[in-house]
Amino acid sequence: MVRMAMKWLLAAVLSLLAAGTVLAQGKGRAAPEQTVKIAFMDPLSGPFAAVGQAILKHFQYSAEIVNAKQLAGPGVKFEIVPFDNKGSPQESLTLLRSIIDQGIHYVTQGNGSHVAIPLSDAIAKHNERNPGQAIVYLNYAAVDPDLTNSKCNFWHFRFDANTDMKMEALTEYMKDRPEIKSVYLINQNYSHGHQVARVAKELLARKRPDIKIVGEDLHPLGQVRDFSPYIAKIRASGADAVITGNWGTDLTLLVRAARDAGLNVNFYTYYAGVTGTPTAMGAAGADRVRQISYWHPNIEKYPGEDIYLGFKKKFGEDWYTLAAYTSMTMLAEAIKRSKSTDPLRVAYTMEGLKMPSVMGEIEMRATDHQLQQPLFISTWVKAGGAVKYDTEKTGYGFKTERAFPTYVASQPTSCNMQRPPRPQ
Amino acid sequence: MNFEFALIQLLNGISYGLLLFMLSSGLTLIFSMMGVLNFAHASFYMIGAYLAYQISKWIGYWPALVIAPLAVGLIGALIERWGLRRVHKWGHVPELLFTFGLSYIIVELVQVIWGRAAVPYAVPAALDGPIDWLADLGITFPEYRAFMMLVAVLMLAALYLLLTRTRIGLVIQAALTHPHQVEALGHNVPRVFMLVFGGGCALAGLAGVIGGNAFVTQPAMAAELGAIIFVVIVVGGMGSLAGAFVASLAIGVMQTFAVASDASLSGLAELVGVTVTPQTFGYSVWKLTVAQVAPVLPFLLLVLILIVRPKGLMGTRED
Repeated sequence: MVRMAMKWLLAAVLSLLAAGTVLAQGKGRAAPEQTVKIAFMDPLSGPFAAVGQAILKHFQYSAEIVNAKQLAGPGVKFEIVPFDNKGSPQESLTLLRSIIDQGIHYVTQGNGSHVAIPLSDAIAKHNERNPGQAIVYLNYAAVDPDLTNSKCNFWHFRFDANTDMKMEALTEYMKDRPEIKSVYLINQNYSHGHQVARVAKELLARKRPDIKIVGEDLHPLGQVRDFSPYIAKIRASGADAVITGNWGTDLTLLVRAARDAGLNVNFYTYYAGVTGTPTAMGAAGADRVRQISYWHPNIEKYPGEDIYLGFKKKFGEDWYTLAAYTSMTMLAEAIKRSKSTDPLRVAYTMEGLKMPSVMGEIEMRATDHQLQQPLFISTWVKAGGAVKYDTEKTGYGFKTERAFPTYVASQPTSCNMQRPPRPQ
Repeated sequence: MNFEFALIQLLNGISYGLLLFMLSSGLTLIFSMMGVLNFAHASFYMIGAYLAYQISKWIGYWPALVIAPLAVGLIGALIERWGLRRVHKWGHVPELLFTFGLSYIIVELVQVIWGRAAVPYAVPAALDGPIDWLADLGITFPEYRAFMMLVAVLMLAALYLLLTRTRIGLVIQAALTHPHQVEALGHNVPRVFMLVFGGGCALAGLAGVIGGNAFVTQPAMAAELGAIIFVVIVVGGMGSLAGAFVASLAIGVMQTFAVASDASLSGLAELVGVTVTPQTFGYSVWKLTVAQVAPVLPFLLLVLILIVRPKGLMGTRED
C-alpha cells in the first residue's frame, strides 16, 4: 500500500518537474522577461572588500544607465544581485549552485583568475548537462590568457584585455624608449604574476633583445608588509625599470618602499588605478608609475566623462572599472538584437558582436570571446592642464603617454571553441 | 652581496624587527601578567594607526604621536575593566574567546567609521626623505625608518626602567608570580591588571602610529600582522620581554636577508654535480629560491622552536 503511494507520489513529482522545465523553456522563447537578474560575484568582505564593494557600485550604476536608456530594449530591466565569494574558488562554486537555484542566468565576476578558471569550467559543465538553464559568464577583469586560449569555452566572455594584450602594448611602448636598458620583474606568486613574468620576458626578448632582465622575484600574494628588502635588491641589480602585475597593497607598499629608499626607477604596472591604490600611493608614485589600461579618467577628448561625473556625484567615489559599463551595455545590446533573454540566444548574439562604446568601436571576437578594444599607457602625475581629473582626491591623476588602437594589442588565439547547437 | 647592500638590508631588518618588538612587547607583557593571550592585540595596533591618522589630520602628527597611544591605552583599560574582568572568573578559555570576538568587532567598527579602503595617513614632512649624511656615503636609508628605530629603542628603555626601577614596576612583577600575596599586602591587583592591559594596548597603539604611515593604514592591517607577532612571542618565550626583543630582531633580519637570497635547492644540487632540469622530478620544489620561501620562514622557526625548545628562547615557563 505504502509502496503504491510512493510510486504515485514519485510520478506526480516527476511530471510536475517536467512541466516546470517545459514552461521555463517556453517562457524564455515567447517574450523577453521583464527583469534580467545578473549575479555579481566578488569579495565583498575580507581584505579585498574595498575593491569588491566599489566595483559592485560600478555595476549597479551601469545597470541604472541600461534601464534609464532602455538599452536592452523596451521594458527590459537589469537587476544586479550581489554575492560575496570572499575571493575563494570553493566559495564561488557553492555560490554558483545557489545562483542556479535562484534561476539567474547571467553571472559576472572579475577579481582573480584563480576564481575565474574553475568558475568558467563549472559553468560550462553545468550548461552542458542542463541545456535549458544555461548560465552566461561575463568576466570583467580576470586576465589569465588561458581563459581565452587553452581553457576557452562558449559561455565565457572577457571584457578586460588579457595579460598578453596588455604586455604587448606595454612592450610596444618600452621598445621605443632607448633609456630602458635593464628591467627587473617583481610579481605576486600566483597564476597572474607568473603569466606577467613569462610574457614580459618573451616579448622583451623579441622586441628589444638588448634589454637585460637583471632580476626576477615572485613574492607571496598579499602577505609582504615590508618591501624594503626587495627594493634593496632591485637597487643592487642596477635596474632602470620595473615591470609588475602587482595590485592592491602589494603595489602601493612596493612603490612607497621604493620612494622611501630613493630608488629612481620607473614602474610599469597593470593596476595602479584600482580603488585605494592611488590614495596609498599619493606623491610616492609621481612621474614614475606608469599604467597600462583600457581606460583612465584623463583620456583626450574625454570619452565617458558623463559616466565618470555621474558616478562621482552619486557615490562620491572614483569611477575606474569601465568594463562594468562595457559588459552591461554589450549584454543589453545582445538582448535587444536577439529580442530574447534566453542565455543561448544572447550568447550567440554577443559572439562576434560589434558596437560603438565610449572608447570607439569594440568587438567581442567570435573565435575566443575576448573583447577587442584600444589600450592606453598613462603616467601618474600632478593634476592640472591635460590632467583634468585627479584620482581619489590625491591631487594626482593619470596622463596618457600613448594610445594604442585596437589592432596593436590584438593577439592570436589557440582557442578551439566547442559550441552548443545554434537555436532555431 | 656587497657591503652597502648588506648594510641596508641589515638596517631594514632591524627596523622591521623593532616594529615587531613594539607590537609583541605589549602582547607578551599582558600574557605574562594575566595569562591572557590577547587575540585582539593587533587590532589595537590598527586602532592606533587610525586614531593617529585622524588626530594628525586635525592637529598634526606630533600631538598624534602622544595622544593616539594614550587613547588606545585608555580604550584597552576600559575594555579590561568592563569586559575582560567580568569574563576572567570563568577561566582562560572564555578570556581567549572574548579577545577573539573583540578583534572582529574592532575591524567592523573601524570599517564603519573610516570605510573599507585605505586612508591617506602620510609620513610627516619633517621625516620624509633619506638621511642626508648617510646619503653622502652612498647609502639611502629613509629618515622615517630611523625614527621608527629610535622610538622603539626609547620605548624599550622606558619599559625596562619602569619595570625594574619603579615602585609600580615592582608591584607588577610581584603580582606576576604571587598575585594573592600582593593583594594581601594591600595592593589593588585588579587595578594593576587593568593598568598592564591598558599599557600593553598603548604600546600596540604606539606601534600603530609609527607603522601605520610607514606601511598602509587599512582594515586588513591587523590580520596581516596578527600571525607574526604570535610567532615572535612563542619563539622568544611566552612572557619574556627580552625574549620578544631577541626574537623580533632575529625574525626581522632573517626575513630581509632571506628575501635577498636567490639560492635554491637546484643550486645546491649543482654544487655537488647534479644538474636539475625542468624534467627532473619535483622541479617546482627544486627551483624554489630562498627569497620565495622567505615569508614562511618565521613559521618554520615557530615549529622548530616548539619541537626543540617548547618554552622558547628565553622563556621560563615549563608548562
